[in-house]
Amino acid sequence: MARFVMEFERPLAELEEKLAELKRLDIAATIQLADEIAGLEREIDKLRDTLYAALSPWEKVQVSRHPERPKTQDYVEMLFDDVIELHGDRTFGDDEAIMIALATLDERRCMVIGHRKGKNTKENIKRNFGSPHPEGFRKARRAMKMAEKFNLPVVSLIDTQGAFPGLEAEQRGQAWVIAENLATLASLRTPVVAVGIGEGGSGGALAIGFGDRLIMLENAYYSVITPEACASIIFKDATRAPEAAPCLAMTADDLMRLGIADEIVREPLGGAHRDPAIVYASVARAITSALDELCGKDIDDVVAKRYDRLAMTGVFSEGE
Amino acid sequence: MPISDWFKAREVRKYTSTSADMPGELPDGVWVKCPSCKHTLYQGDLDRVGDVCLHCGHHFDIDAPRRIAMLADEGTFEETEAGLTSVDPLRFKAAKPYTGSLEKARALSGLPEAIVTGRALVGGHPVMLGVMDFRFIAASMGSAVGEKIARAFRLAGQEQRAVIMVTRSGGARMQEGMLSLMQMAKTAAETERFARQGLPYISVLANPTMGGVTASFAVLADVIYAEPGALIGFAGQRIIEQTIRQSLPKNFRTAEYFEEYGMIDAVVPRGELRSTIALTLDYLADPGVPDASEGAACPTGLDGGEL
Repeated sequence: MARFVMEFERPLAELEEKLAELKRLDIAATIQLADEIAGLEREIDKLRDTLYAALSPWEKVQVSRHPERPKTQDYVEMLFDDVIELHGDRTFGDDEAIMIALATLDERRCMVIGHRKGKNTKENIKRNFGSPHPEGFRKARRAMKMAEKFNLPVVSLIDTQGAFPGLEAEQRGQAWVIAENLATLASLRTPVVAVGIGEGGSGGALAIGFGDRLIMLENAYYSVITPEACASIIFKDATRAPEAAPCLAMTADDLMRLGIADEIVREPLGGAHRDPAIVYASVARAITSALDELCGKDIDDVVAKRYDRLAMTGVFSEGE
Repeated sequence: MPISDWFKAREVRKYTSTSADMPGELPDGVWVKCPSCKHTLYQGDLDRVGDVCLHCGHHFDIDAPRRIAMLADEGTFEETEAGLTSVDPLRFKAAKPYTGSLEKARALSGLPEAIVTGRALVGGHPVMLGVMDFRFIAASMGSAVGEKIARAFRLAGQEQRAVIMVTRSGGARMQEGMLSLMQMAKTAAETERFARQGLPYISVLANPTMGGVTASFAVLADVIYAEPGALIGFAGQRIIEQTIRQSLPKNFRTAEYFEEYGMIDAVVPRGELRSTIALTLDYLADPGVPDASEGAACPTGLDGGEL
C-alpha cells in the first residue's frame, strides 16, 4: 500500500519514487546505474534525517492527522485485554465519535474513554471524523461516573479536531455538556490519566482530556484553537495555518514548558505510523507507570492535587 | 410607549444609578439609531432605561461599569483583584502582537482586565459579582480572567456569598494558547467546589456569550438567565455555516431559542434583571446565616463529604 504523503514529505517522496523507478529497470541496467542508485540512497537518508529531525509545529499537526496514525481503537485493541465496549448516553443515542470501554491494561482494570476517528472514509463518516455531538460527551460522562462508582481508573485518549460545530449539536447544548464534563472530570473521585495521541482540538478535546497526568505523544498537538481557525481569525485566511501554528504553543514540548503536560512519549522518526508497535509499547509503559503511582494513593489526595494543579494553571501579573 | 413599558422604564429608573463620568458614555444630546428597528433614539432616554430601545425592546450592548451600576445595590460594589492582569506568556505575535492588543484594550475600556469582580449587595443579599466587558479583547478568557473568576468563587465560599456572573465573551483567549483552554477546566472546577457549599450561583448570559466561556463556568450555574436577543453558543457562526453548507435560521442560538430548547431558565429583560436576581436569591440564599465565621465552621461537604 502506498503511504499517505504529507505535504512537507513531498521532496523526500519524489526521491524515493525516483529510486523505486530506477530499481524497477532490468538487472543489466541496474548494474550500470549502481553508482547513481547508491548516490540517490545516500541523498534520501540525508534528507530523511534533516526532514524529520526537527519538525515544525505545522509539520507536527500534519503528522498528528496522518491517516495511518494509530488511533483510539488501535490503542484499545493493542494495549488492553478483555475489552467490553459500552454504548450510548441513555438520553439520545450512541455517538461513535466517542469510544468507552471496560478494559484491562497489564492486569489493571480501567475505564477507557477516547475520541474515535476512523481508518477510512466509511468509518470516518460513521464516527463523524472523531468530532463528538453532545450525546458523545454525555456518553463519556456516563463512563466517568461509572468509573468513579466502581473504583476504576480512567484512561482517556485524546484525538479530535474538536466538538462538532453543527446546528443540531448546538441545539442540543454542545457548550452545556462540555462544561458538565469539565466539572465532572475536575472532581472525579478516581485517578484520571489523559493521553494526547493525535489531535487535541480545543474544548472538544478538553471535555475528556485532562486529569491527574497528561501524557503527550511527541507529534500530538493540543490547542485552544485549530491552526486553521486561528489563521482565519487573525489573518482572515485559513490557508495561513502554517504561520498560526507556531504562535499557539500547541506542541508536546510547548505543553511541557507550560507545565500542562507531564511526559512526552517519543515517536519513531517520521511519526507513530512508521512503527506503531514501538509506540504501543511506550504508551502502555507510560500509562502503567502513571497508574502505578496514582492508584496506590488516597483518593482524597489525588482529587485535591488535581484541583491544585488546575488552580495553579495560568500566567498573570498580580500588580504591585 | 405602551403603558407596561412605561412601568418597566420606571422600575429601571428606580434602580439605576447613572453617573456622568462613567467610561464609554456618550455626551448628552447624542442621537442613536436602533440597529433593530432603525428608530432614532435620544441617548439621554436610553441612559434612563438601561440602553433598551424604547420602540422595539432591542438590548444595546453595555459595558461592565454600567452593568454593575445597574445590578448592585447603590454604593455597595467593592472591587476585588483589580491589580490582577494579563501578561504575554507566549510572546504571541501573529498579525498583531498580544501586548499591543492588551494596551489598546486597556485604553479603550479604561479597565485593567476583561472581567470586573467584586463584593456587592443585590437586593440586600451579599454576593460576589463578576461582569465581563466585551471591549476588552472581546472579553476573552485568558489566565487573568480565569484566575479572577476562580478567586471570586473562592472568596464567595469563604464569605458565604452567592455568586452572580454576567457573561459576554468571544471565548477562550487565543493569544495565551493552552493556558487559556485550561482556564475552562479551572473555572469549572471552582463552580463544582463552590456548589458543594450549598451557596447559590446565578449566571446571566448577555450578548454574546460564546466558545470556552459558555462551555465552562457560564452554564454551570444553579439558575441561568439570559438577556433578550443575546447570542449564545459554542462554535462560531461562520464555522457552523461552513460545516452545514447552508445559512442558519434567523433566531438560531438566541436566548429565546435556548429557552425553547430547555437550556436556560428564562429570558429576562434588562429592566427586570436586578429584581429577578434579588427574588431568586430570596429563595436560594438563606438570609438566616449571614455570619461568615459561623459558615466557615459548618461542615461544607467539601472533598471528604461522602454520602
